[in-house]
Amino acid sequence: MKHEGVTVMAGADFRVVSKRLPKVDGRSIVLGEARYTKDFAGEDALFAKIVRSPHAHARLKKIDRTEALAVPGVELVLTHEDVPRIPFTTAGQNYPEPSPYDTFMLDSKVRFVGDRVAVVVARDRLTAERAARLVRVEYEILPAVYDPEAAMREGAPVIHDEPDATGIHEASRNIAASIYAEVGDVDAELGKADFVFEHTYFSQYEQQVPMEPHVTYAYLDESGRLVIITATQVPFHVRRIVARVNDVPISRVRVIKPRIGGAFGVKQEVILEDLCGHIALRTGKPVLMELSREEEFYGTRPRHPMKLTCRTGVMKDGTITANEMRVIANTGSYGSHGLTVPSNTGSKSLPLYRARAMRYVAEAVYTNLPVAGAFRGYGAPQGYFAMECHMDEVAREMGMDPLEFKRRNLVRAGDVDPIAVKLGEGKEGFEREIRTCGIEECIRLAGGAVGGKEPPGAGSGAGPFTRTRRGVGFALCMHGTGIPGDDMAGATVKVNEDGSFNLLIGATDLGTGSDTILGQMAAEVLGVSLDDVVVYSSDTDFTPFDVGAYASSTTYVSGTAVVRAAEKVREKLRLVAADLAGVAAESLVFEGGKFRTPDGRSLDIRDVALKSFYGESKQQISETASFLNLDCPPPFGACFAEVEVDLDTGMVRVTDIASAVDVGRAINPDLVEGQIVGSVAMGIGYALTEEMLFSAEGRMLNASLLDYKIASSLDLPDIKAFIVETVEPSGPFGVKSVGEVGMDPIAPAIANAVFNATGVRLRELPMTPERVLAALREAGL
Amino acid sequence: MRIRITVNGRDLDVEASAGETLVEVLRRLGFKSVKDGCYTGTCGGCTVLLDGRPVASCIMLAAQADGSSITTLEGLARDGRLHPVQEAFLEVNAPQCGFCSPGMILTAVALLRRNPDPTREEIREALAGNTCRCSGYVKIVEAVSLAAEKMRGRAGDEA
Ligand code: FES
Ligand code: FES
Repeated sequence: MKHEGVTVMAGADFRVVSKRLPKVDGRSIVLGEARYTKDFAGEDALFAKIVRSPHAHARLKKIDRTEALAVPGVELVLTHEDVPRIPFTTAGQNYPEPSPYDTFMLDSKVRFVGDRVAVVVARDRLTAERAARLVRVEYEILPAVYDPEAAMREGAPVIHDEPDATGIHEASRNIAASIYAEVGDVDAELGKADFVFEHTYFSQYEQQVPMEPHVTYAYLDESGRLVIITATQVPFHVRRIVARVNDVPISRVRVIKPRIGGAFGVKQEVILEDLCGHIALRTGKPVLMELSREEEFYGTRPRHPMKLTCRTGVMKDGTITANEMRVIANTGSYGSHGLTVPSNTGSKSLPLYRARAMRYVAEAVYTNLPVAGAFRGYGAPQGYFAMECHMDEVAREMGMDPLEFKRRNLVRAGDVDPIAVKLGEGKEGFEREIRTCGIEECIRLAGGAVGGKEPPGAGSGAGPFTRTRRGVGFALCMHGTGIPGDDMAGATVKVNEDGSFNLLIGATDLGTGSDTILGQMAAEVLGVSLDDVVVYSSDTDFTPFDVGAYASSTTYVSGTAVVRAAEKVREKLRLVAADLAGVAAESLVFEGGKFRTPDGRSLDIRDVALKSFYGESKQQISETASFLNLDCPPPFGACFAEVEVDLDTGMVRVTDIASAVDVGRAINPDLVEGQIVGSVAMGIGYALTEEMLFSAEGRMLNASLLDYKIASSLDLPDIKAFIVETVEPSGPFGVKSVGEVGMDPIAPAIANAVFNATGVRLRELPMTPERVLAALREAGL
Repeated sequence: MRIRITVNGRDLDVEASAGETLVEVLRRLGFKSVKDGCYTGTCGGCTVLLDGRPVASCIMLAAQADGSSITTLEGLARDGRLHPVQEAFLEVNAPQCGFCSPGMILTAVALLRRNPDPTREEIREALAGNTCRCSGYVKIVEAVSLAAEKMRGRAGDEA
């Protein structure tokens, strides 16, 4: 099969790994048999509808539910008076979460337009929706604040004045979290520099828009345990959080993640499960909760908008002496991921360039807008938009070629990331050595595919008589692989009589294909084909613990657990084989699914498996292993983009774009390309069209797929993806990661291309026609 | 009210309420491959073939479908044999989360019936109403091209 624009460097000789195998769940998808959360809900399921606040900031003075309760078919209307008041965070993170506990299942105060006021439970959706409109609420309207800088000022309305919230940095100034990290002496190094450059950038609220909106189905099983089937990235965190806020033991809760229709971070969050579980426990009946597309926009957890200021000291020869980033992040009305997203903004983007001193300062600020959260890249795309535009600007202001300038300062294999220890997951981090770095190859491939037409930095106006201009821009990046010290994954491999294996993993496939690649890893270790591995994942009753799918961790972290479990099983089978052959276990060589004896006999793993059940020493071989990640090897990436800017309309069109990512090893190149291309598509939206807009009263104005523009097949060019393989010594089969890194360089590459085309610098995302046109006009174009 | 529809070759006589959309009725009947991501005709997840034409079943009342013949993704494979479009989607690993796949596959089937040898641009145009958030469309377009090739090859074999 032909894979245009894709180069895979030769790997080692594997049988299953590194192969373009169809996904293990591919057949059920193309047959239309795949089952998503809602497909499990029966006709008897109640529907629960959230009554949402029309005000950005208000106290609930009185709630009258009589009319709603009078609607035939309505079972229940719940308000803050009815549910336990236990502060928590909706962020699906390790316990204890680094996010403030500033959220309640239902509260007596609302903090943004769309906040939970009450919930109506009825026999079906229509009835619930009708009754929800009949819940009469009397509000005491409070002054609201929408701008983070205004929110920090003296006299601003205090959004979290409740006494029982914990973990807020400074509630009286609306500061959810605050970060300061410095290595070396930044002020001294800036003082020594020949030049100091400073630029400020702005990024927007962006929604993940998974094609399947949030949905949760909860019921009690025959023993009265709460079962939650839910579209989540973090089944184990969901189990823990739901148990805690409902005050039931974890043992009484089972969480199952079936197929889910996209996530991108927005499902690393308890959006519905706390309430849905509560209603099932309370009524004993099955309950379905599902967000409408409109609610999905403002009722979930979009990307943090940020103001980012980069300051860099540079010597005349182009050597960076000091690099600083200061960030104000808008966390919206609750602090979910409020500390860790901004922390990641700095820890992912600052180490890309060597500097004797670095500083990262950030504040996450509450406003009366929707709650921000995790979104592919987790703060890094904001950081890279600023950093990679800033470095482009610095180079040009110094009269240097941006690529040459960046190359002079780029991090290299053998370096130790200086800021990793200071900027961990909301606490001190771990030392990070950079062992593999394929960034030069990324530049060569992506640059060759797009930049090859016109050297970047050369400027390429299409001439004085046309009203469109073309230009090429690029950006570089590095990311991380998992959260050191936090990520832990378990895997169980169980032998069956026919030499097939059950692979049970807590890891959470979001559509990324992790079930497939983890199956491939197990098959490789066990010397069988992928068909011989039956993968079952994400069921808290039947699969071992896994933190879940976030922080680009699954291939590396869950993968290591899988390899370890499979190796343990293989060694147990080796003992059985040795017994059967009457030789010492150490003398057996395992190769291609066979144990070979020194005298040339061979025992197929299938026969050995069968004998393990029916031979003399009968046993069930089943092994569990887990892996605690203490490292964070960075994948690297480069994106080159060609744009056409219409000088009359301000419209920017991406005419050609290539992204190359050093992923470590690609376990299934098809799926890796899927991640790279998908990130580019999402990055183009981030750069050009996607933005949640709000009225002066904080109401979202474009909460529909018509008004919030994500790319259709016609809006995108044929995106070129390149896989660069380095072999990371700490990763199973040499893997690093790919889920998020591809998102980082897209927006800055496009902004740099727009500059290359027009000489006009856009420092605010997204680069909509209005913004571009205004900037062009200001420049007299 | 009662409506008569043929779904995947089966004649059905079903009860639908006045405001009920076609997607709701189909899902209620168990055709769960029909996805409902927006209810405003903008995501394409609910695409079915109505007398061979792709339509968004969320902006159509079930009553409007009375008397028509409907294909959902469940009805595409014949005796367990995948349709070439399904084969191609599987082979190139076009689906990621797969939520858009039912609509994409049906739209592609309709396109290839009408135009057995589409250009990449024509494929992109045909799929413009089916939004995919995961893939960036590259592998989907590739799958449709491959399916077209397969179908032309098979038609050639039969001739
Ligand atoms: S549900 Fe019909 S187009 Fe989205
Ligand atoms: S594969 Fe997820 S929306 Fe298309």
